[in-house]
Amino acid sequence: MDFKTEYRNKELVKKALDNLHQTITQHWVVMEICGGQTHAIMQYGLDKLLPSQLELVHGPGCPVCVTPLDLIDKAIYIASQPGVIFTSFGDMLRVPGSDRDLFSVRASGGDVRVVLSPLDAVKIARQNPDQQVVFFAIGFETTAPANATSVNQAKELGLHNYSLLVSQVRVPPAMHAILRGPQNRVQAFLGAGHVCAVMGYHEYDSISAQYHVPIVITGFEPLDLVRGILGAVRQLEVGNNLVENAYGRVVTKEGNLAAQKIIDTIYQPCDQQWRGIGLIPKSGWKLKEEFSEFDAEKRFALESIHTHESEICISGLILQGLKNPDECPVFGQICNPENPLGATMVSSEGTCAAYYRYKRNKVLTE
Amino acid sequence: MCLGVPGKIEKLFQEGNLKMGVVNFDGVTMPVCLETTPEAVVGDYVIVHAGFAISSLNETEALETLQLLKDLDEIQTKLDNK
Repeated sequence: MDFKTEYRNKELVKKALDNLHQTITQHWVVMEICGGQTHAIMQYGLDKLLPSQLELVHGPGCPVCVTPLDLIDKAIYIASQPGVIFTSFGDMLRVPGSDRDLFSVRASGGDVRVVLSPLDAVKIARQNPDQQVVFFAIGFETTAPANATSVNQAKELGLHNYSLLVSQVRVPPAMHAILRGPQNRVQAFLGAGHVCAVMGYHEYDSISAQYHVPIVITGFEPLDLVRGILGAVRQLEVGNNLVENAYGRVVTKEGNLAAQKIIDTIYQPCDQQWRGIGLIPKSGWKLKEEFSEFDAEKRFALESIHTHESEICISGLILQGLKNPDECPVFGQICNPENPLGATMVSSEGTCAAYYRYKRNKVLTE
Repeated sequence: MCLGVPGKIEKLFQEGNLKMGVVNFDGVTMPVCLETTPEAVVGDYVIVHAGFAISSLNETEALETLQLLKDLDEIQTKLDNK
């Protein structure tokens, strides 16, 4: 068993879809939180196969998209300083700051490097003791164990030239914020499978009970996604609001305790700004005081940053599930992956990027 | 960074104080930190994010899910009875 082909079985997907069509009797709005799921749904064309009564809205689960603009501008400022090697996941390089992006810093001679893991950034710091190495530590709960471990490693290795620029966000507080929103239409969630792999899903019981929404922890293969949607619709149809784990091969209720331990060692909860959404209380993590020497915002005397967003881009509304990309007047026209106006068009998890990539024909024929 | 797909551990090794593994993703191998999946052994499948394994896959659960999906009518009956 390779845990992939079995979950891409056409006959089983068709059977689950048939069952979904038989089950649904009215209009329901279901949100998939995770941008990875948004992409998988479109990649496999599942959105075209779902019942017309089912409205899928796409959530804010794209870490690149929600990293606050002022932090992007700070990253650009730090990366432009002499003596700095700025390291980042590749997606961040094209995200538009107020005036430019990290790619343009590299084009002007800045040492900006793409890494696949923060441990690679620690290696770069060891190899370049005369330079300051900064890692752009963005992400949801899935990247937190890696980012936190890199700080632990740097401390154990006695590195004084490694620091993190942190934008670490958490899913459950964002679900609270969405459900409390005055314009909220979400009636059920597909829980982000890999976030739950790290954190477990005990926090979701109170969310489903408080707001009367079913939450189905869902994976990323076509069969997982249809199974997750089917689970949510079944609950909605009978008026249940339970937390259901449809991704048991990866997720346990308690989550990954070793990962949680390293997160708790290095990070502490904080209020967090989300780009396009605003401040969400206790929705982020920051470095604990005893690790503040690894905080790039403290290590570098940052100039005051004056941010300005694109006036046209509606990515904030998209991230909250209030609009879809095809409702944006510039989608696929002046805003495209070559020239993104907002982060949602950049990231491999961004909703606009998914619409552009998988619904290209529609864009071109309209 | 968050499109985790399962990869198979081919080899274990130690890098400094970190437990590491060589993980194969459909023919492409990369070093992965296994600190947070300390029980993982060669042959196991893991989900990897940002160079870290965040979960080992559970075959019993995987087969159970498939069986449930193969027998959807049974699920329907169970749910209807709840």
